[in-house]
Amino acid sequence: MSERVDMTQLTTQLVWNRLLAIVEEQAQTLMRTAFSTVVREAGDLSAGVFDTYGNMLAQAVTGTPGHVNAMAASVAKFLAVHPVATLEPGDVLVTNDPWIGTGHLNDFTVVTPVFRGDVCVALFASTSHIADVGGRGFGADANDLFEEGLRIPVSHLFRAGVRDETLMRLITANVRDPVVAEGDLYSLTACNDSGARQLLELLEDYRLDSLDATGAVLLELSERAMIEEIRALPEGNFRHSMRIDGYDKPIDLVCELAIRPDGIHIDFSGTSAESPYGINVPLPYTEAYASFGVRCLIGNDVPNNAGSLRVIRVTAPPGSILNARPPRAVSARHAVGQMLPDVILGCLDQVLPGRVPAEGASCIWNPVLRNGHADESDGTFVTNPIYNGGTGARPGKDGLSTTAFPSGVRTTPTEVNEVTAPLIVWRREYRQDSAGAGACRGGFGQVIEIGHRHDAPFVVSRMFDRIQHAPCGRQGGASGAPGSVRLSDGTPLRGMGRDEVPAGLRLVMETPGGGGLGDVRQRDPERVRADVAAGLVSVDAARQVYGIDTDCGDTDAQSGACNSVSIGQNTRPTRE
Amino acid sequence: MTPGARIAVDIGGTFTDVVIERDGTLTSTKVLTTYEDPADGVMTGIDRVLALSGTTPAGVALVLHGTTLATNALIERRGAVTALVTTAGHRDVLEMALENRFEQYDIGIDRPTPLVPRYLRLPVTERLDAEGRVLLPLDEADVRALVPVLEANRVESVAIGFLHAYANPAHERAAAALLRAELPDLYITLASDVCPEIREYERLSTATANAYVRPLMARYLASLADKLGHAGFQAPLLMMTSGGGLTDLATAAAYPIRLVESGPAGGAILAARLAGLCGYPSVVSFDMGGTTAKICLIDDAEPLLSRAFEIGRVYRFKKGSGLPVRIPVIEMVEIGAGGGSIARVDRLQRIQVGPDSAGSEPGPACYGRGGRLPTVTDADLLQGRIQPGFFAGGSIDLDVEAARRALADSVGGPLGLGDTMAAYGIGAVVDENMAAAARAHAAEWGADVAARTLVAYGGAGPLHAAALADRLKIDRIVIPAGAGVGSAVGFLLAPISFEVVRSRYQRLSAFEAHVANALLGAMHGEALAVVEQAAPAGRFRVLRRAAMRYVGQGYEIAVTLPDGELGAEAGVALHAAFETEYRRLYGRVIPGLDVEILSFTLALTELGAPDLYTGAGPPGRSQRVGADGSAGAMRGRLFDPESGAATEVPLVLRSDLAEAGRAIAGPLLIVEDQTTTVVSKGFSVVVDRFDNLVLERLRDRA
Repeated sequence: MSERVDMTQLTTQLVWNRLLAIVEEQAQTLMRTAFSTVVREAGDLSAGVFDTYGNMLAQAVTGTPGHVNAMAASVAKFLAVHPVATLEPGDVLVTNDPWIGTGHLNDFTVVTPVFRGDVCVALFASTSHIADVGGRGFGADANDLFEEGLRIPVSHLFRAGVRDETLMRLITANVRDPVVAEGDLYSLTACNDSGARQLLELLEDYRLDSLDATGAVLLELSERAMIEEIRALPEGNFRHSMRIDGYDKPIDLVCELAIRPDGIHIDFSGTSAESPYGINVPLPYTEAYASFGVRCLIGNDVPNNAGSLRVIRVTAPPGSILNARPPRAVSARHAVGQMLPDVILGCLDQVLPGRVPAEGASCIWNPVLRNGHADESDGTFVTNPIYNGGTGARPGKDGLSTTAFPSGVRTTPTEVNEVTAPLIVWRREYRQDSAGAGACRGGFGQVIEIGHRHDAPFVVSRMFDRIQHAPCGRQGGASGAPGSVRLSDGTPLRGMGRDEVPAGLRLVMETPGGGGLGDVRQRDPERVRADVAAGLVSVDAARQVYGIDTDCGDTDAQSGACNSVSIGQNTRPTRE
Repeated sequence: MTPGARIAVDIGGTFTDVVIERDGTLTSTKVLTTYEDPADGVMTGIDRVLALSGTTPAGVALVLHGTTLATNALIERRGAVTALVTTAGHRDVLEMALENRFEQYDIGIDRPTPLVPRYLRLPVTERLDAEGRVLLPLDEADVRALVPVLEANRVESVAIGFLHAYANPAHERAAAALLRAELPDLYITLASDVCPEIREYERLSTATANAYVRPLMARYLASLADKLGHAGFQAPLLMMTSGGGLTDLATAAAYPIRLVESGPAGGAILAARLAGLCGYPSVVSFDMGGTTAKICLIDDAEPLLSRAFEIGRVYRFKKGSGLPVRIPVIEMVEIGAGGGSIARVDRLQRIQVGPDSAGSEPGPACYGRGGRLPTVTDADLLQGRIQPGFFAGGSIDLDVEAARRALADSVGGPLGLGDTMAAYGIGAVVDENMAAAARAHAAEWGADVAARTLVAYGGAGPLHAAALADRLKIDRIVIPAGAGVGSAVGFLLAPISFEVVRSRYQRLSAFEAHVANALLGAMHGEALAVVEQAAPAGRFRVLRRAAMRYVGQGYEIAVTLPDGELGAEAGVALHAAFETEYRRLYGRVIPGLDVEILSFTLALTELGAPDLYTGAGPPGRSQRVGADGSAGAMRGRLFDPESGAATEVPLVLRSDLAEAGRAIAGPLLIVEDQTTTVVSKGFSVVVDRFDNLVLERLRDRA
């Protein structure tokens, strides 16, 4: 017990752990103090710490994948405008530029340099979704960025500790809810401050002058762990394409994923062109969800930082919908961006057959519901509930029913929705026979039926996909049921657009089911019977799709639902 | 002080702890928990402490009881066949949950299996709106039609939960009456009784969990009362709740969900009482056992309270991976860091500790029961925090070589570290994990953890307290007497208490005081009826709080209401009180924004709760150790991180220390039967008049 060992190695690890804890706390502070409900309830945020070159050293796990690389790359872009040498203590920078931050005007990124004496030792960055930025409001219906609201180039929010009153007045004068916008900017600033305070304590505790040495080691270890895992994969190029509904015409998402000893290169050449509507994706958001798709399977235990992220490079042709240029409309960029993990997984299915989940609903279904144009009975209201379809079947496991993947956001409760708006959710339950069949089946979608409390008309703005193009199965699994949206009298509505639900009618939404995985004949008959007993699979579907007769009868008499039996649909050819 | 002896019983997963207090003296024992009928183990333990203290059943004035039986039944899904009767169109609420994933990067995660399978989630036609007005009347034929379904499926317990019934329980009550008329033996739980709060998933989850454990707990409580009666006890039996209060048997049997987490609550009550007695205004309690560590903030001798708890976080103790219940709880953060937590090296050459635990079988490698994976206990042994020969009062021989082998194989080898450094690394990582959890928890509640007094208990707590205090910049540590059975000791200190909650929406700009007064009056009557059962002559403190937020926000904060009737202008005062609390939590308020109330809670807590501590000091002992510890003949070897080597330090028995003895400077080790207190180089230690060890950071060191 008399050995004496250099403590450097352990110190590096302890500092690393502490950095991860600091950014996690930064994110939690942001979530607790944020004003926009979508940040607090749904976790639409991100937080991280950077070295003075703009390399991200640690990022909170709390937050949305949509910000993963987007935020990682943003600080370097801030520093290109305001180099470290020009910053001073008390400075705070901000932007909501979709091409510098995370892809639409609602996301504000705030960057705060941390000083030890006169020396900048690190920067903290955080991003959150501010409910309203003026313009037409959140939705896919604008035709260019100027219609979507206020755009703030990289600017000083605070200069040497003094708030820029002009900028703040400009912001609050241009948004519908100025109190919330101001509150959220403060919340972003405050969470960076809490990170900065703790970082200075950390440096003191470990008697460090800077993070440079530790940072270099942790980036190198992370990169090496990723490279090692990638080198275990077969080298080669793998192509996959997926067609989705789009706003007015179908979109092809075409991907080539190249596995090389030094990393993975993802290129989206061949993808459809930019859209005249607000579903265009700036490249940072494309990078985020494309690399998230890889990280679900490769290196999912390696922390996100510049080291682990730089081994995955993402490119898309300028002018394609995945590398849209200003001033294209981008408000609902999630409707396309959240599809990207399914495309990446389609490539990886060729690399790691049997280890890749099937396609799911993927894009969240978040209708924006407002009072009707002429209706004043309950005053004005606007509410934006989030619903999900099923995820794709997973290796060895069924898909998750009504679950957000890839976004991971939470829903708001029906009861809370009914308090905030004069709407009644008459039905929200699993959608029978919506899961794609297979050895493992997909997750089930849901049926939601919403009416006005007083049968008045109301407006619905939609950004839904997978209505014409269902989520596909893999490895012989069947497609999930496509989504559907209609009025209660049967009138179909398009997946994207804005319409009024006439007085007395209800809005009916059916979210897509996830695709199946593997041959349906391999499915354990007991699990089919369990689904029938639960009323999730009808007796007919059990017989026709799974070839299993169930004696127990259809126990779902109460719901009476037997919607589209998706399972008979064929998997469309997607592999080239 | 109550005349006669008092007994406290804490049933845990492995051990049942029993403590008897007689004339201010504590006698305790541990027996194995008996799963077949846990009352058997309880009686064995009680017999033993009666014998040890020379007490007869007739001499016992009160029996206090906390148990994890309900928790374990929920985690292991061993409850009753349960059905949920719910609003047609919404029967999947329980399974859809929040539609999120609690872990972003793992595609293999699953949400907890619902306690009620879909075929027993039974929809009936009815509908209320958010203000409780009837949109669709209850279809009684639908309810009657459920009777054969319940019979055919041998359903023993039913939860009834309709949308918005927190605002109007009429439909739930009518449905219950219909079912009770047909099935008199059925256990029926109304969501509007158990948890009358908005947010259907959490409310139905709470009601369903209550229904699920009700038959089991009713049987157990009846069996225990019966056995106590047969053994000649006439003393009342009171149950410890997760909120840190005591309640009577009838209430416990109707609301068994409130009994979960009662053991940890007992520990927090102990820490809170010590904080009050010793005059420590801000405390953080630290309870480290075999599997987890629990941390709780205590200000002005009151533990932090909340209404949100998750049972069985199956995925690395991660938020969202368990079953949510809305009950009064002492708010704690729990992480997978205990003596049995397993250490390993990950692909990034990082030491990872927990959350998986070696448990008691096979246990840490040093137990010599076949465990080959290194644990925190093994690392503690190699660092000298635990001295072989003194573990568990010397009753368990520790195998140092086995610990050394396990560490070398799993940690030292892969990292190229020697045994001692590997052990230090594991200790440092687990200490840092706990420190991070404490910091994050404090930040979440708008508090600071530095400058608090750390009260440490549980088998591993006193081993790690000094290292944790270093990381948290804490200068004072208190190790209570009886630290190893801290939870049961805490039961002896708990007051009788009951909390009720009601959702009632109000905006402060249009605050209707008469509505709030009427509601609070009814809640007071309801709470009083419960606490008077347990304390017929008691006097009670009233705590009334409102869950408030800015209009449109997602989360509420609890704001204490002033005592007495609320006047017409109360809205203004409540707004100010809300802003004070909001500023404390989040730093700044938002001017010009209206505030809304979502719900009210009212808790009655017995005044003049029992006391243990006479302040007379540990009886008849004089200090047998000199100021530098040199008089203690024994020596141990303790790793010193500053020098990177083990040094020889004094090793003293806790029973050799006496009150008001001179402070002894660290480093030294203080051993007792259930634990060891590590006094590191930066601390001195002294015994206070309540027989606590008090460690103070030495100021004159750099």
